Amino acid sequence: MNGPLLEVSDLSVVYRTYEGTVAAVNGLGFSLHRGRTLGLVGESGAGKTTTALSIMGLVPSPPGVVESGRIIFDGQDLLRLPEREMKRIRGNRISMIFQDPMTSLNPVLTVGLQISEALAAHQDLSEAEAERRAAEMLERVQIPAARYREYPHEFSGGMRQRVVIAMALACNPSLIIADEPTTALDVTIQAQVLELMKSLKEEFATSMIMITHDLGVVGEVCDNVAVMYAGRIVETGSLEQVFSDALHPYTRGLFRCIPDIEEELSVIRPIEGLMPEPLDLPSGCAFHPRCPRCMEICRTRVPEAIERDGHGVMCHLFSEGGGGDHA
Amino acid sequence: MLRYFLRRLLLLIPVLLGVSVVIFSIVHLAPGDPAEVMLGPSATQEDIANLREQLGLNRPLYVQYGAFLGNALRGDLGRSMRSNAPVVEEIMDRFPATLTLAVLGMAFAIGIGLPLGLLAALKQNTWIDALCSFVALAGFSIPNFWIALMLMLLFSIYIPILPSSGIDSWKNLVMPTIVLGVQTMAVIARMTRSSMLEVIRQDYVRTARAKGISDRLVLTRHILSNVMIPVVTIAGLYFGHSLGGVVVTETVFSIPGLGRLIVDAIRSHDYPVVQGGVLFFALCVGVVNLLVDMLYAALDPRIKAQYRAAR
Ligand SMILES: Nc1ncnc2c1ncn2[C@@H]1O[C@H](COP(=O)(O)OP(=O)(O)O)[C@@H](O)[C@H]1O
Ligand SMILES: [Mg+2]
Repeated sequence: MNGPLLEVSDLSVVYRTYEGTVAAVNGLGFSLHRGRTLGLVGESGAGKTTTALSIMGLVPSPPGVVESGRIIFDGQDLLRLPEREMKRIRGNRISMIFQDPMTSLNPVLTVGLQISEALAAHQDLSEAEAERRAAEMLERVQIPAARYREYPHEFSGGMRQRVVIAMALACNPSLIIADEPTTALDVTIQAQVLELMKSLKEEFATSMIMITHDLGVVGEVCDNVAVMYAGRIVETGSLEQVFSDALHPYTRGLFRCIPDIEEELSVIRPIEGLMPEPLDLPSGCAFHPRCPRCMEICRTRVPEAIERDGHGVMCHLFSEGGGGDHA
Repeated sequence: MLRYFLRRLLLLIPVLLGVSVVIFSIVHLAPGDPAEVMLGPSATQEDIANLREQLGLNRPLYVQYGAFLGNALRGDLGRSMRSNAPVVEEIMDRFPATLTLAVLGMAFAIGIGLPLGLLAALKQNTWIDALCSFVALAGFSIPNFWIALMLMLLFSIYIPILPSSGIDSWKNLVMPTIVLGVQTMAVIARMTRSSMLEVIRQDYVRTARAKGISDRLVLTRHILSNVMIPVVTIAGLYFGHSLGGVVVTETVFSIPGLGRLIVDAIRSHDYPVVQGGVLFFALCVGVVNLLVDMLYAALDPRIKAQYRAAR
């Protein structure tokens, strides 16, 4: 089939809390083509995890509410799908790898069972067959199948994340959403796990959304990049477009903040000021209070998304009659 | 695991020794002379002195304790001063009633407390939650003798459907079971609720959901298995606690169990029965705690691993 595998448009998600309504995702849109890897980049609190959970249909509710949007996956709008149908997609055609392997595995169940139950849920397998396939998956992530009956506490952080990866890949999904899969790991382990994910992604020919705030990771594994700020995608494009020809002042700020090329894995420490509280987003462009090139219009109007050759940006500097070139 | 079990079993010995010293001292230092009690008000001083000699009450305390301990190790807890029957026999006569009551009480506590706690957590912050919490709080704070009297008033007098004493049919056990189990039920309900609320927001539950497995499997396999760990611990602790409640319950409902045996023995200064009965109670609590620890390890592989490492 042609066309993108996943097309998200106009997605808005809020959390209704006692302190007020948190606008976590605000009319966000992006698309992902088959076999590709999209890097979803942004500071903590930008709404990356919420976006991922929306695709999975797992936004915690209460307090979360998906207010609007379409998430077209393989021709179906996931947001309109009944829960029963959604269960058939979750873990089967779309699966997710979570941030912290120390907490994302059930401590009282063997790792083998936690892999095989994903298989059992979606494929008509005998128990023995599910077990055999799960053991095979363990080997695929370089864990001896002999450790099938061990519990999560018997594994290191890196190995646990590999178990989670095995779980996510078990049903050979078309899409994997990896939510900061290496953030919680030691630096040396990060590289190994990333390498493994990259090679398995090729082997299984899946598409991937790689959520991270680590530009090093993006450069390593992604084909396309979407930069997120306060629940919106402010810039998107191919790896090259975004890395060498960043348009949005926020993206440019991010790259300026890479301390040193020598320092292999750099974490975003961007720009003066903090991400605005999603409880109380600024009017106009949410970035304007921190923007070095802020104009009058930025304070009042939300910029429209503009696209040239697949390089999209959401900034008044580039709109008709805006501040002009990005030089 | 087996080695750990055996080691724990050995550890029961010092505990029982300690209990035996304490109970022996209390019984023998308490005022009141058993010989006097046994012979009644009409006895002469000489009769009393003779009986004391005969019972060995004139020997130094440590000699008496030594004799008691030596016999106890051979399974001989002496003879009742009242009935002259072996204490072990008296205990075994009474034990089945108490055991039945304790098991029923626990079953009631778990059978009601667990669903109540789960329901409260699933309906968090609704009136159902409030009602469950109210029942739990009431069950915990109302003294059980008062509950016993109120139940009797209600079901034996106003609506006479349950007998208030004796042990002739299952009907006799309904009220004692409730009285004995209600506090543990309350504790279990509260523990289940808080444990459930804690577990439900854990990352691994989200991971389980992300696999697309059924809600029922998420609940039973992923949530309940973790909820049960603290619940079993607290239930185990309260089992010993509720054995104390046996004394009150058996007295109020006139059930011929171990608790009543000991109370009666205390009233009539029947030393051997008091000592033997209390020692037997301690043994029961020890064994139950051991079983709970085993169950705990079976539920939580992390604990099991600690046991393995510690042997
Ligand atoms: N369960 C929740 N309840 C209330 N607010 C939440 C919840 N989850 C996330 N948020 C808020 O939504 C915003 C976006 O969070 P998140 O999607 O986790 O961002 P990211 O993954 O980019 O760090 C944050 O301000 C966060 O505080
Ligand atoms: Mg996140």
